[in-house]
Amino acid sequence: MDGVRVDGVERIFRGRRSAEVVALRGMDLRAAPGEIVAVVGASGCGKSTLLELICGLQTPDAGSVAADPAVLMPQRDLLLPWASALDNAALALRVRGTSAAHAREQARPWFERFGLGGFENARPAALSGGMRQRVAFMRTLLAGKPVLALDEPFAALDALTRQEMQGWLAGALADEPRTVVLVTHDVEEAIVLGDRVVVMSPRPGRAVAELDVELSRPRHRTDAGVVALRERALEALGAVV
Amino acid sequence: MTRFGGLFAAAAIVLALFGAWELYADFGPVDPLLLPAPHDVAQTLNEDRALLWDNFTVTAGEVLLGILVAGVAGFASAIALHLSLTLRRSTYPLLVSSQTIPIPLIAPLLVVWLGFGIAPKLVIIGLVAFFPIVVTTLDALARVDPDTLKLLRTLDAPRLRVLRHVELPAALPGLFSGAKVAVAIAVIGAVLAEQAGSDAGLGHLVQQAIPQLETARAYAAVMILSAFAILLFGLLTLAERLLVPWAHNPPGGSNR
Repeated sequence: MDGVRVDGVERIFRGRRSAEVVALRGMDLRAAPGEIVAVVGASGCGKSTLLELICGLQTPDAGSVAADPAVLMPQRDLLLPWASALDNAALALRVRGTSAAHAREQARPWFERFGLGGFENARPAALSGGMRQRVAFMRTLLAGKPVLALDEPFAALDALTRQEMQGWLAGALADEPRTVVLVTHDVEEAIVLGDRVVVMSPRPGRAVAELDVELSRPRHRTDAGVVALRERALEALGAVV
Repeated sequence: MTRFGGLFAAAAIVLALFGAWELYADFGPVDPLLLPAPHDVAQTLNEDRALLWDNFTVTAGEVLLGILVAGVAGFASAIALHLSLTLRRSTYPLLVSSQTIPIPLIAPLLVVWLGFGIAPKLVIIGLVAFFPIVVTTLDALARVDPDTLKLLRTLDAPRLRVLRHVELPAALPGLFSGAKVAVAIAVIGAVLAEQAGSDAGLGHLVQQAIPQLETARAYAAVMILSAFAILLFGLLTLAERLLVPWAHNPPGGSNR
């Protein structure tokens, strides 16, 4: 099994009192090992459900999901407020039984690499939103899993920080290649970061268009190629809304 | 209002209340034996200080030990209840009903059973202090962000490590909230227990002072008890600031 394969997946939520909600129906998705697939769609189209299926947090009601072990990076950083940045980054190692000293030793080099040298002992409350998200990304990487499921990782940041973090993430993934499924509602983010962009329909969500992003990196929002693809992606989104 | 402004206002209110009491006791239609003036109480606090101190140490010991027992047992029970749905479903109603026991009625029965020593006091303090600690700790455990728990599942965290690394630290602010509620009622519990049968303690002293018309001594004891509860509350607040500072900062997992 390599990468991520989602075939004809259906996922239905049945509330006790509310009517059933079909989050996904006939959803297909492929991510080859080392590929970055960006999934865009309107709010509530089942993007987060898709990631939870890939991470094994949910099981499909129909169809199949086959994926290498995946780790989730949610929209909120979810750093533990009582733990230092270093301990937060090392959380994946700690919860698998690595000793504190050993886990810290393994996490420490990443701080220099990710431009957070000197902030190892800071509490999350003392870090900016972008820095916190970088710590959260380190925690995700240190889980040591081949697949990263990124759920709108920068949606909570202000526009400027978001752009900066997109550039940073592109660089980090170039250094440290993983299979990535990145969910976002920001079409430009999808094009700047993805090798491929999958456009989802509103609920019930399924893939309605796929765009290959054959642009050189690093990419910028204002590049002609990005702008042209953005039009195509928006068209695909518009056609289904 | 600033912090010191608040303190100043609180001091002014307390002074005004004491002033009104002083005026009423001095000039009102009431026998000073039945209602001593604050200056009488202050005088008694000074004159009887050895007696008051000896009895205070007894009550304080009961309260501190009782809170400690209730804290440890409450925290441990909250964890057990959190981990086991069966246990929670089967014992939570019992826990709630333990709070419906009328303490003044059960206290003499406990004295008959357990004697005049510290044992019945600990049972009663434990009974009143245990409940708030369990409830607030259990709530704090249950309030751990479900997204954090999902994240931990994708990090392959076993149940007990989730408890150790995430849920226990998250429960500490709940433990402090419960303990703050518990200290106030623990003092009341200690007094009730002493009045049900004992040979020392401020509750015992008050009970003896009233028939002897030593009302100033009784009021002095009451003031010491409430000052003690306030002191414990203050110490817990301070400990909370030092040990769980994140509980007062913007939560770490939230958006900025």
